[in-house]
Amino acid sequence: MNDKTERVTIVLHSGDMDKVYSALIIGNGALAMGMEASIYFTFWGLQRLQKGGLEKGPLSSMHLLGLGKWMIKQRMKKANVASLERLMNDYRELGGKVIACEMTMEIMGIGRESMREEWIDEYGAVGTYIQEARGSAVTLFI
Amino acid sequence: MNEIRVDVRGETCPVPLVETRKALRGAEPGDVVEVTGSHPASMKEIPMAVEALRLELLSVSGTETDWVIRIRR
Repeated sequence: MNDKTERVTIVLHSGDMDKVYSALIIGNGALAMGMEASIYFTFWGLQRLQKGGLEKGPLSSMHLLGLGKWMIKQRMKKANVASLERLMNDYRELGGKVIACEMTMEIMGIGRESMREEWIDEYGAVGTYIQEARGSAVTLFI
Repeated sequence: MNEIRVDVRGETCPVPLVETRKALRGAEPGDVVEVTGSHPASMKEIPMAVEALRLELLSVSGTETDWVIRIRR
């Protein structure tokens, strides 16, 4: 990839299932269309990088103690929507970058051993995000 | 020169686009990738990706819900 390749940088602050879908779908779309992509997982989003955590997020609205999420999951299954696990693996395979926020890990007492380390390129802070975002054609906060 | 077939019938966003990209990455220059799908938006978005990737769109045929797109790497 040369310096002229356009980049999308996403801050995934939310851990809500639907928003994790948004981030990974946009990331995959960007990679598929020839851009580079980085997702910076922070706060509630970071928890989705924990072992067994990817699919665990609630719905951002109408969660209804899990009933809403269950209903949406049924609908998604019917529509043959890919799982987050598959989207993450595709994202990684196409060269998508994953940055985990170190400060969140400290605040939440999460150690590296409890993370899906095979997905993570880098543990970083705001400077890492800014360096990525500085040269990005698109940046999103989700 | 090889021909690579990708079948994404029944798959929805973003899988057709992603699988097309994966196949193109695995192809050698000159190879043809033929994608068969049924997701309406992908019928116009895969050609957009082909343009962005500066590859050659050979043909788009069929209907919105049953299409074939041929691309030369």
